[in-house]
Amino acid sequence: MKKIYAQEKYCIGCRLCEVYCSAVHSEYPNDLVKAFNRSKIVPTPRVKVEEDRPLSFAMQCRHCDEPHCLKACITGAMYRDEESGAILNDAERCVGCWTCIVACPYGGIFRDESKSKVVAKCDYCLDQGDPACVKNCPNGALIIEEGGE
Amino acid sequence: MTLSMNTPEFLVERDLDRCIKCQVCVGQCANEVHKYDKETDSLSCDDLACVGCHRCVTLCPTHALTIKKFPLEFRENANWTANTINAIYKQAESGGILLTGMGNDKPYPIYWDHLLLNASQVTNPSIDPLREPMEVKTYLGRKPDKLDFSDGELVTEIAPQVELELPIMFSAMSFGSISLNAVKSLAAAAKEVGTMFNTGEGGLHQDLYSYGDNAIVQVASGRFGVHPQYLDAGTAIEIKIGQGAKPGIGGHLPGEKVGKEVSETRMIPEGSDALSPAPHHDIYSIEDLRQLIYSLKEATRYKKPVAVKIAAVHNVAAIASGIARAGADIITIDGFRGGTGATPLRTRDNVGIPIELALAAVDSRLRNESIRHQVSLVVAGSVRNSADIMKAIALGADAVYIGSSALLALGCHMCQKCYTGKCNWGIATQDPNLVKRLNPEIGAQRAANLLRAWKHEIKEMLGGMGINAIESLRGNRLMLRGVGLSDRDLEILGVKAAGE
Amino acid sequence: MLREGQVRIPSGCAISGIINRKGNRFSGEKIIDSIAVMHDRSNGLGGGFAAYGIYPEYKDFYAFHMFYDNLRAKEDVEHFFNEHFSVELSGIIPTRKVSSIKNAPIIWRYFMKPLPDKIRDSELCEDEYVVQCVMKINSKFSGAYVVSSGKNMGAFKAVGYPEDVGEFYKLEEYEGYTWTAHGRFPTNTPGWWGGAHPFTLLDWSVVHNGEISSYDANRRYVEMFGYDCSLQTDTEAITYAFDLLLRKHGLPLDMAIQTVAAPFWDSIAHMDEKQQKVFKALRITYSSLLINGPFSIILGSKNGFVALNDRIKLRALVAAEDNETLYVASEESAIRAVCPKPERVWSPRGGEPVIGLLEGADSI
Repeated sequence: MKKIYAQEKYCIGCRLCEVYCSAVHSEYPNDLVKAFNRSKIVPTPRVKVEEDRPLSFAMQCRHCDEPHCLKACITGAMYRDEESGAILNDAERCVGCWTCIVACPYGGIFRDESKSKVVAKCDYCLDQGDPACVKNCPNGALIIEEGGE
Repeated sequence: MTLSMNTPEFLVERDLDRCIKCQVCVGQCANEVHKYDKETDSLSCDDLACVGCHRCVTLCPTHALTIKKFPLEFRENANWTANTINAIYKQAESGGILLTGMGNDKPYPIYWDHLLLNASQVTNPSIDPLREPMEVKTYLGRKPDKLDFSDGELVTEIAPQVELELPIMFSAMSFGSISLNAVKSLAAAAKEVGTMFNTGEGGLHQDLYSYGDNAIVQVASGRFGVHPQYLDAGTAIEIKIGQGAKPGIGGHLPGEKVGKEVSETRMIPEGSDALSPAPHHDIYSIEDLRQLIYSLKEATRYKKPVAVKIAAVHNVAAIASGIARAGADIITIDGFRGGTGATPLRTRDNVGIPIELALAAVDSRLRNESIRHQVSLVVAGSVRNSADIMKAIALGADAVYIGSSALLALGCHMCQKCYTGKCNWGIATQDPNLVKRLNPEIGAQRAANLLRAWKHEIKEMLGGMGINAIESLRGNRLMLRGVGLSDRDLEILGVKAAGE
Repeated sequence: MLREGQVRIPSGCAISGIINRKGNRFSGEKIIDSIAVMHDRSNGLGGGFAAYGIYPEYKDFYAFHMFYDNLRAKEDVEHFFNEHFSVELSGIIPTRKVSSIKNAPIIWRYFMKPLPDKIRDSELCEDEYVVQCVMKINSKFSGAYVVSSGKNMGAFKAVGYPEDVGEFYKLEEYEGYTWTAHGRFPTNTPGWWGGAHPFTLLDWSVVHNGEISSYDANRRYVEMFGYDCSLQTDTEAITYAFDLLLRKHGLPLDMAIQTVAAPFWDSIAHMDEKQQKVFKALRITYSSLLINGPFSIILGSKNGFVALNDRIKLRALVAAEDNETLYVASEESAIRAVCPKPERVWSPRGGEPVIGLLEGADSI
């Protein structure tokens, strides 16, 4: 299964990955200005840049082979998409207990401020084509390739 | 606190309709121009700090920013321009030498733009580079007076040569003045395309020894990083006597840029200013130069060509003749538009002569003395595109060095603030946060692309003039005509006027 | 109107060459008939011939053919000759009236040897001494021009169609074992006899069809070695290049040819190691003598001739053999006009020489 990897030696901490992640998950996935200036609430980005300058890298859900979040989910909202292998969250079933956030060892799940109480996590931009963070990283720090664990 | 008379050079304009307050600009500007105020949820700009490097403009995802010349007007004065006035304000406050980076930006004539190339028609067909071989391979080094054959077998041994797939090399830019990622980008691009990069006076970093076959190692007046393995590492050695951006003075690396790795590579203490002395203190005359040339040849067992780099000054032809007779295999001439990481402003803008004139004078002088074949001539000092290269070769150069053009390919925006060490593009800096911004894989690709593009353009122009090997253009002044030049200029360039 | 030397005049043309390899001499009629067939390749503004073996009684003397614009020039040059040579015989070169050949200069020839003590003082060998005298006359004596300066050979040229030039000089009365001819189509109207081909130096003669784009690169290299390219013609530069390589530097003929029409780097990369070293050395050392641009040339000497095309064959050249005679020309028709059924006819490839030498001669 293809995975997103962050090369910390090339990450410049610009946070454009976060910006584009928010935009593609908004009502205006192809218009940054509208996405940020017209949305009632700007969607939470599902990738976060961790920093300890000069070190920095973008962190998102690892779509683990053995996902702790899926096991922890009390409603079965967390599921693995059969086709892509990605771990997705069904917002209809999520009750916002946030157990998955605590269970994830990577901190890859976030509280979604734009909707009530549910969680937001990397969904590989499955309805967009290539992940927006990878496409828009200005320094080639994010790559997508066949991965291990 | 006394009043400062410094005013901004640039005006940063933000289109509020397009700004999404992502704060990428805030994070990206090393000069801290952009600031986000949480209380008012708005962004502000400190114009005084802006150096016009366009980092924020390029990274802004909604293209909300632009940079303009700061619209502060003095009363019109053709003599006391804003720049001239502001320079005095700065010196009244600092009491110091004005520093700058990159090359001479004053409106002296650009001779490349007054020279035109030929094309073949009717009496001589042009050659199609897509269908016929078009050779741009170049060898730099000393050529023998003749080849001796005995019983049909070649007897003469040729002096060692530097083999180039095209007549363009990356100019001397030291690790220290530019980041390790920048040097790595150029080294990798040189290897990919089949040419050389030059270490400059920074020595050769450990990580770069694997690129030795594509390196020319420099021995400058400070002798930074010079040791036996270093001399053996490259394909040639270059003695740097001077450079076009600052003829008569030595290299200049401010202490802020001397971090751990620079210190190790150069063999100097961390944080100390690396000021190369003006002359080599063991070269006070031409015979001393000969001694150093041969010492280097002995040290490398005569296996490497030795080059000498000089700045283009008034008696450059005589100096070049002396250098050829002193045993150099290659002479590099750097014209007054050559770039640098740091130099006094007045030296950069007022010392030295244009490379076009220097090249023509040196090439003619060496031919008059029947010694042109003893050295290869490489020129530098603002070679901006493939047409400049064609004209340089037609005037007599064997190859060119590109410095500013190479850095522009890597992302430089010519803001001339290299000496501050705050290069937002990760090029002229040692700050690890900034150095990261230049991904050497991307940088190498961009630099290699530039060389490939120019190689194709050169082949097109060569074919157009009915030539299929670059050596037939070398010194072929009849392929040039001058426009808008005085008779004197034409005479010095050895070129006829268009229409003749 | 400026003439060769004051301005550069490119031209396209016709060439022809015939050698009897056994050294049996034949009349100039044959070469005239050959070049006449290619009439339309010229425009009547230049034609000329080089002939070898035509002065057997004076074969040890340098035969100088001279053009003079006026008697003053003739006097000055003869004074120079007397100071530097001992003149065995001199006289006018016989010509006949031809209506299309006009404005003839004074055409004179001298059979001479360099003065022994002048040779001794100059510390030069005879050939080099003669070359320097020729360079001096052509550049310093205005109104005088050395047409040829070899032994037992001569060049005959004028402004006109080559067959008319041949008639003018009564070439049917001369007998030589090698003849080359040239008809010129210059893209200017020089009206100067000295500009016609062949160009000669000692007993080298070059007739040339083409325009070399590398001219200035070639010129500025040979001028470093004492040659003065005062005519500004391609042919002059080519002749000096061969003189430098063959006579001064003593390169074997095939190496000299591979210098001016060098193999491509791609071809060199496929050669064996030893050959690679040699060709790399040639291209590196003599890079400024690579002749770029279309050409077909015939380089003649007392031992025979070499015909050569540029390395991508941008000009026509055909060769043929019949018994002891070798023919080369810009067109096959020019050969068949004088040799209807040759044993073999072929078109040499770009950069591949056609070498015709006298029996017993091992090189040009």
